[in-house]
Amino acid sequence: MAIELKMPALSPTMEEGTLAKWLKQEGDEIVAGDIIAEIETDKATMEFEAVDEGTLGKILVAEGTENVKVGTVIAMLAGEGEDVSAAAEAAPVEDVPGEGKDVGRPESSGEGSEAEIAKPAKKTGVKDPEIPHGTNMQTITVREALRDGMAEEMRRDERVFVMGEEVAQYQGAYKVTQGLLDEFGPKRVIDTPITEYGFAGIGTGAAMGGLRPIVEFMTFNFAMQAIDHIINSAAKTNYMSGGQMRCPVVFRGPNAAASRVGAQHSQNYGPWYASVPGLIVIAPYDASDAKGLMKAAIRCEDPVVFLENELVYGRSFELPELDDHVLPIGKARIMREGSDVTIVAYSIAVGLALEAAEELAGEGIDAEVIDLRTLRPLDKETVLESLKKTNRMVIAEEGWPTCSIASEIVAICMEEGFDHLDAPVTRVCDEDVPLPYAANLEKLALIDTPKIVKAVKSVCYRD
Amino acid sequence: MAKAPKNKTPRSPAENPDFALHSLQEEFEKNKRFDASKEQMQDFYEQMLLIRRFEERAGQLYGLGLIGGFCHLYIGQEAVAVGLQSALTEKLDSVITGYRDHGHMLAYGIDPKVIMAELTGREAGISKGKGGSMHMFSTEHKFYGGHGIVGAQVALGGGLALAHQYNEDGGLCLAYFGDGAANQGQVYETFNMAALWKLPIVFVIENNQYAMGTAVSRSSAETEFYRRGTAFRIPGMKVNGMDVLEVRQAAEIAFKHVREGRGPVLMECETYRYRGHSMSDPAKYRTREEVQDMREHRDPIEGLKKTLIEQGSSEDDLKAIDKDIRKVVSEAADFAENSPEPDPSELYTDVLVEEY
Repeated sequence: MAIELKMPALSPTMEEGTLAKWLKQEGDEIVAGDIIAEIETDKATMEFEAVDEGTLGKILVAEGTENVKVGTVIAMLAGEGEDVSAAAEAAPVEDVPGEGKDVGRPESSGEGSEAEIAKPAKKTGVKDPEIPHGTNMQTITVREALRDGMAEEMRRDERVFVMGEEVAQYQGAYKVTQGLLDEFGPKRVIDTPITEYGFAGIGTGAAMGGLRPIVEFMTFNFAMQAIDHIINSAAKTNYMSGGQMRCPVVFRGPNAAASRVGAQHSQNYGPWYASVPGLIVIAPYDASDAKGLMKAAIRCEDPVVFLENELVYGRSFELPELDDHVLPIGKARIMREGSDVTIVAYSIAVGLALEAAEELAGEGIDAEVIDLRTLRPLDKETVLESLKKTNRMVIAEEGWPTCSIASEIVAICMEEGFDHLDAPVTRVCDEDVPLPYAANLEKLALIDTPKIVKAVKSVCYRD
Repeated sequence: MAKAPKNKTPRSPAENPDFALHSLQEEFEKNKRFDASKEQMQDFYEQMLLIRRFEERAGQLYGLGLIGGFCHLYIGQEAVAVGLQSALTEKLDSVITGYRDHGHMLAYGIDPKVIMAELTGREAGISKGKGGSMHMFSTEHKFYGGHGIVGAQVALGGGLALAHQYNEDGGLCLAYFGDGAANQGQVYETFNMAALWKLPIVFVIENNQYAMGTAVSRSSAETEFYRRGTAFRIPGMKVNGMDVLEVRQAAEIAFKHVREGRGPVLMECETYRYRGHSMSDPAKYRTREEVQDMREHRDPIEGLKKTLIEQGSSEDDLKAIDKDIRKVVSEAADFAENSPEPDPSELYTDVLVEEY
């Protein structure tokens, strides 16, 4: 059968082009690899190469013709033993299926409409497991809680291991992995060179290969070197593979400002990671959440970014003594119930919000404090429920204001909680500057309790 | 190739007889061509031809607008994937590569239909149409992609190798990357850790002479890529990537070294891509004559065809193979053209594994 030579698409965006020149004439023998014609696109002149063998039959589009649509038959190629003249005529191509055009699927009127694009159902009614009456409470630091969470999961599952800078012999730059080397040995507690991009890739690849890596970044500031693997390799793989290839890795370490360490070591990456589909982002505040969510993160089949806070590591909290303290991912926690106003916070800002609520209580304002705990997927139900009750909201976030988690909450309230608002939703964030070193300037730049108190009074029209 | 002097105290690692930097190449030099049976050779021929015909058809479908976006063809480089992958232990060893991945998938014997249907973005594609040309995976075959960020697969391959070592399963990882990726920093971060931890990995640089449009001599201070592991004490091998039997022989030597627990090997396969970097590359950075010269004198398929004929295969037998392969490829193209696109309800599936 004669082969139709069609105007080729030579780039992802080409729709038409100029047939600049024929390099073969009617009746010429063609072998694969021969250049038959030159075609001009908006970007370049490209050579049109023969793929099949045969004799060039009739040329249907003369050289110099402009605006030749992709897919138009430009010439016929007769195969071995075929009559060239029989290959002369060709029906023009009606339609060229391709990008954006619907192919092979019957037309349906509402296709692509919101009704048909099924978004995944959010689990509803998920609550933290009940703590049995009479459970012993221990006082423990966040640092120890994180370590215990990892150690318990390492005992439970042989595939779990920790890798990172100074995690083994040094016992952790911030001592979060203290004691793990002694218990689990160097195979499962691996000191890496200072090479974040490389070991983040190795950790991600190990997860693809069936292991359960915990990749520690000394701080998330250094994970900037590795962010390509977190986003392009870990977050997108399950989707790109049509659900074939999972990547159950936990990236963890301290995030956001510490104390007087300057601009390059003081940034909150919560909003960055929370913007990426395919990632789970957790940022706990107290010891119980740190442990319970760390265990959940390690068991999770999806890649997790687990954001800790250096200033909180040493704080002590009550933790229930349970055999297996695992908390649900994607569920906010009401830290303090209130009726007048809602303060939404996460990580270190939860402590500031609770302080602010105490102070406000003394002035007759009853504030509800919500700890988001998970930044992605965000528990907007809990936020909106609270808004419905209090009708006023302030978001406290230790991080920059622009494109922040606070901004996201504002958008959610506008889109889905507008009818419940009695005042503008207000962000209380760090100042919009790189974090300064000087003690006074650093203090000015960071969020604090008085700033939250002031904002709450403002939305309550009490200033 | 300098031999390590015997009975002398080594002055540098390269002179240390226990240090393997040159030993693999020396062993390879002794006998460079794999002693393949006639059946094996015919298999190699069929696999390479399948890749060639598949890619030619993919190029056509791209021209017809049936394949969108970026599409990087493997034409010219067939001997590399076929020679190396034929030496793997099936269901044990893992493979990872960059975005020029069609050939590696086909070398596994994965159904051309589901590969072509991925290229056309259909629900029957191996990634349900969500990955495309650059993002194809087959965990069943331990093929881990299909990665679009230049060099990322090297570190990920290091992780796959770590998993082999951790599980003590005796497997190795074959991590392919190009001469362009060979200049990425993470490649050397991975070399360092792989050598430090003696990971079971073979790094394969498919040197096809051009990083997109930049010739190796314009982008690389050291164009002898097999030497690039020297600083990490990774032994290098330089292999003619246009000869499937040489590639296979090199694979035998490299895999043996790695399986003995002696750490990574860096193999440079010198090869050539006949087509542009991607479909939209006019390839003005090289002459037509250069490409034609490669096709005429170095072509891996023509080369093996010559050997097969010398050993008694007839032109007709080989023509019949080509005919069969053309049929398989045509069927794959028809399938890919006629399969439905993914259902709109697939838009939000597979973002996460679990529900929260």
